[in-house]
Amino acid sequence: MGTTVDCSGLNCPMPIVKLSQAIRTLGAGDTLDIISTDPAFKPDVEAWCNKTGNTLVSFTDNDGKFVASIRKA
Amino acid sequence: MEINIDAIQSHVSELKTQVDDLKKNQPDDKLVMVVLSGDLDKVIASFIIATGAAAMGTKVVMFFTFWGISALRDKKKRAKGKNIILKMFELMLPRGASKLNLSKMNFSGIGAKLIKYLMKKNNVPSLEEMIDMAGMMEVNILICEMSMQLMGFKRDEIMDYPNLSYAGVATFLEEARTGHTTLFI
Repeated sequence: MGTTVDCSGLNCPMPIVKLSQAIRTLGAGDTLDIISTDPAFKPDVEAWCNKTGNTLVSFTDNDGKFVASIRKA
Repeated sequence: MEINIDAIQSHVSELKTQVDDLKKNQPDDKLVMVVLSGDLDKVIASFIIATGAAAMGTKVVMFFTFWGISALRDKKKRAKGKNIILKMFELMLPRGASKLNLSKMNFSGIGAKLIKYLMKKNNVPSLEEMIDMAGMMEVNILICEMSMQLMGFKRDEIMDYPNLSYAGVATFLEEARTGHTTLFI
């Protein structure tokens, strides 16, 4: 079962802050979908995964509505 | 060929000591900031960086000095026992995060109001909300004791914040030495 966090409309730094809070509630191997409309979300979520060691499984762009799927390390 | 085991062993133990020393001096995953400015825009930037870093799992220490301390005053708290000069400072300096001015285009506070309106419209959290968030994310705040005295600020007028303490330059330097990034704002 995956968890989804919707950060639509929220701006920097909120998507990353919400992401870090949500990931803490999950167990290793769980996935988290995070929805954002922040245009800087892609580089930011990549940097966040790179730093925290979690895996960015997929990133989709539906007309400016981004969905990042992250697997917790 | 003759191998001198003793020489190799002493060489290895010497290397071991050196590696241990290097490990001891490895910087922590820690960001240290000096917040000297009390300008709204600069304090906002410092808290965006602080909360962002905390979200990345990095320890954060913010060292507030000079004008920066105004951002941490509580708008409701009042301190007693100040002489006339310090009273003047108290009245002239912004009383807390909600009262700061912009470094540019402030226009007697109209610019600051405009920026706050735009932040709200763009779903950027207000500075007060960001400070609350920083507290929940365990961002550490240090306040320069020397500046407190110089500008006549009393601890009674500083806002309630979970990880706040008072310190001097040596504490800042030690935090900076053991962190990997230091910013001056």
